[in-house]
Amino acid sequence: MGPYAKEELLASVIARLVGDAAHVAVGAASPIPATGCALLRARGLPLRVSLLHKRSANPFTDGSRELFDLAGQGRIDVFFLGGAQIDGEANINLVRAEGKRFPGSFGSAFMYAVIPKVILFREEHSRRVLVPKVEFVSAKGNPCALVTGKAVFSWQKERRRFRLESVHPGHDVDEVRASTGFEFDCPAEVPATIGPTSEEITMLRGPVRREIALNYPEFARRVWAQQPEAS
Amino acid sequence: MHRLPANATRFYADAEALAERIPDGALLALPPDYSLPAMAVVRALVRRRARNLRLLGVPVLGMCADLLIGAGCVVEIETSAVSLGEAGLAPRFTEAVERGEITVRDATCPMIHAALQAAEKGVPFMPLRGVLGSDLVAGRPDWKVIDNPMGRDDPILLAPAISPDVALFHARWADGAGNVWLGRRRELMTIAHAAKATLVSCEALREGDMLEDELLAPGVLASVYVSAVAEAPRGAWPLGVADAYPVDDAHLSAYARAAKTREGFARYLDEWVLTPRKSFSPA
Repeated sequence: MGPYAKEELLASVIARLVGDAAHVAVGAASPIPATGCALLRARGLPLRVSLLHKRSANPFTDGSRELFDLAGQGRIDVFFLGGAQIDGEANINLVRAEGKRFPGSFGSAFMYAVIPKVILFREEHSRRVLVPKVEFVSAKGNPCALVTGKAVFSWQKERRRFRLESVHPGHDVDEVRASTGFEFDCPAEVPATIGPTSEEITMLRGPVRREIALNYPEFARRVWAQQPEAS
Repeated sequence: MHRLPANATRFYADAEALAERIPDGALLALPPDYSLPAMAVVRALVRRRARNLRLLGVPVLGMCADLLIGAGCVVEIETSAVSLGEAGLAPRFTEAVERGEITVRDATCPMIHAALQAAEKGVPFMPLRGVLGSDLVAGRPDWKVIDNPMGRDDPILLAPAISPDVALFHARWADGAGNVWLGRRRELMTIAHAAKATLVSCEALREGDMLEDELLAPGVLASVYVSAVAEAPRGAWPLGVADAYPVDDAHLSAYARAAKTREGFARYLDEWVLTPRKSFSPA
């Protein structure tokens, strides 16, 4: 790992994947995706970020259905989904596994189908989470990528298989293979995930940190409490 | 003499009186924890030992559902999720489902919104994109897939209209005419439009008619939809009311810990629900 926190690395990965989208929506339990989007904004990109649970000046004024109405019309370009289980077909499960009940599917069954660019994000990278076949398909779709705490996969829509694109510093391909329950394509040479630039680290610890602390205070404290605040 | 219309809003003294108007077995529509849950009435439902309630989460639920489930008030729940948010899983919901004590009709958020929108328009169903391919569809024989009659080879899902027996939520203000101010929490308007009866607890009763105020009126649910109102100061606690009081995160975390076991949940009920309290104001 470089001179940055794991969360900062993941946020910079997310920022690259979001790219030049115009409108991204971010759910309540998604501080790392929100940090990635805030990083793009700090770099001056004209990205509209709609935080579903923004505590002040929340952009939604037509009730909780408005997010889905926006998405159904194609007014949201990027959304993030996770799962208690994610399988090699890119299906996600938010309902039940191994006799355990999870909260439920939320809006995933709809959002996965209608949003052009869905980024699957789950920090835990284990055979418990990344399974051959989910026990319940909450939602299925064609993601742009799967980002975990160990690696980045792209999704090959035609082959319906993930492809390992990069492994985060501190991890290796063997470890990724050992902790992934589904099969995936793996090129002969897998590069290390590129971390945030020094300029990005400065932004993350300055304007991004201040913005994220407003809506994800616990997360901001955990990641940045030990860091001197950059301007 | 001027007589009140048959559907005039009725005013009650407190949350207990509203809870008495929710019959056992009712299909009860509730908002998420972030959207003005009527927690004081929920506690009163536990005290009056409500039974066989069927909950509808619009579109998800949190602590209010967990309390009702843990207290044995619920037989069935239709929702897109039940969670305590940052405080974690909803423990009484989770255990009740794992033990098969309640039936869950799993849904996805926009299907519930669409079903209520169909009801508020008085039409039998509302079509919705997406969702096909999810195992949710197989678990919901009441959801129908048709070929889009306006297109070709275009399967589309239909949400059947849902008219809850009772919609229950909290509000910042109600006025003497029975108008209720909800601000931006417009999913509550949709629930009220769709429901057969709407019961509202409020922070405060407000002088005058809010419909006469152009700044307030767009956030007002008109009294035609409001069956009954009762004042319940801090009635959303431990959840919050925008600009009035925030979520009591510490209490929510303490609840999440306590409710992990049946014994801990019973102690929580004893302390915070079954024992009458004058106020839930912070000490």
